Amino acid sequence: MAAAESYPDDLRYHPEHDWARIEDGEAVFGVTWFAQDSLGELVHFEAPEVGSTITKDQPYAEVESVKAVSDVIAPLSGEVLEVNSAVAEAPETVNEDPYGNGWLVRVRLSDPNETGSLLDVETYRHHLAEQA
Amino acid sequence: MQTLLRTPLYKRHAALGARLVPFAGWEMPVQYEGVIAEHRAVRTDAGVFDVSHMGELEVKGPRARELLQSLLSNDLDRIEPGKAQYTLLTNEQGGIVDDLIVYERGPDGFLLIVNASNREPDFDWLRERALPESEVRDVSDDYALLAVQGPKAVEQLELPGAPAFTFAPGKIDGVECVVNRTGYTGEDGVELLVAAKAAADLWDRVLERGVVPCGLGARDTLRLEVCYPLHGNDIGPDTDAISAGLGWVCSLDKDFTGATELRRIKETGPEQKLAAFVMDEPGIPRQGMAIAEGGEVTSGSHSPMLDRGIGLGYVPAELAQPGSDLTIDVRGRPRKASTVKKPIYKREES
Repeated sequence: MAAAESYPDDLRYHPEHDWARIEDGEAVFGVTWFAQDSLGELVHFEAPEVGSTITKDQPYAEVESVKAVSDVIAPLSGEVLEVNSAVAEAPETVNEDPYGNGWLVRVRLSDPNETGSLLDVETYRHHLAEQA
Repeated sequence: MQTLLRTPLYKRHAALGARLVPFAGWEMPVQYEGVIAEHRAVRTDAGVFDVSHMGELEVKGPRARELLQSLLSNDLDRIEPGKAQYTLLTNEQGGIVDDLIVYERGPDGFLLIVNASNREPDFDWLRERALPESEVRDVSDDYALLAVQGPKAVEQLELPGAPAFTFAPGKIDGVECVVNRTGYTGEDGVELLVAAKAAADLWDRVLERGVVPCGLGARDTLRLEVCYPLHGNDIGPDTDAISAGLGWVCSLDKDFTGATELRRIKETGPEQKLAAFVMDEPGIPRQGMAIAEGGEVTSGSHSPMLDRGIGLGYVPAELAQPGSDLTIDVRGRPRKASTVKKPIYKREES
């Protein structure tokens, strides 16, 4: 079942509909409810390699539904420490739980100063409203 | 800015919360709840699609049969009133102007149900070639078309059994329609041709019987699993019927536009053939992706029944037989695939 629309207030957001949960120089990334709803039920997650370097504002993965493929944009720069194998196995996990079990990667951040550019939940909601 | 056309069921789709997208000049539902759930409903139960965007062309008159025999690839002498036939409108090169179903209404009257995007080209093609005693009319706006498909479709509509490719007048809960035993999903089912003004009524009656509304997203994955070609993707004016694997609907012993060229291609053997393949590695093939061994993907998607990427594409003829290894360029990543026998998905006979 698809999740109900929500945007947790403990996350930081990127305008390309990604979120980051930042903790002690590491972060977990995922896509927002809006992103998964726009795509529809996901059927493929093209994950980055563990150990690869990803760059803020650049694509680092792809998520794909029956009808469409979408780049996933890195909200912050760093090195990939872990890929969520549950999503690789069952991509629809992202639709079911985009902020929990549907996380995509865990990253060691390379530039702590970048976090200041991300949006808080209210600013992201405002950004969504402008797009609608 | 182009104005999108809307079927008589547009308000029904909007009320159901369908995601509406532009398709062949029409604003059509791509999905309601989700493509995969709708796909499964059609494979296991029954689903209904609004396909009113498709065109209906009427060909009448004492020379209607003669006209169609000279323009359509399949042999009309194989059918009779009350029967239908899958056939091609071909050009001089044996290319496919359209693929369509012709319904023989009587000795002098035929209905052609054609692809939405080809309604005008087909109409022009037929009208320019019409014989003195044949009349061609575009009657698309008079009709809506609902495809009710799935192993339980006929039962849920309480229709009598009938052979595939037949049609007869019928009623669904009091709404009059023509019940065509045709479809584009590989499942049992019907396509209900109904007067445009009765379409919303018929739609409501069908849904009240528990049939699941389905969008064009599922229609595409369903047809791809059973390897029905999509005009504009897999076949078109520049692809000949033999290379497309549609030789079985070309009666090469009669004369029709392009028959000479098709006979020649059949005799020498096509250089490329439309093959079906499944992915052996992760990744979803999409239209336009290159195949390393030659050719390109013409249709690709995720198969809900196989839970992997599947596709159709033109490959060198020697690779078209089942079991050949292909490499699909998935946005720069080479991914392995194997050609398979058509259809990719075959329903289990119970």
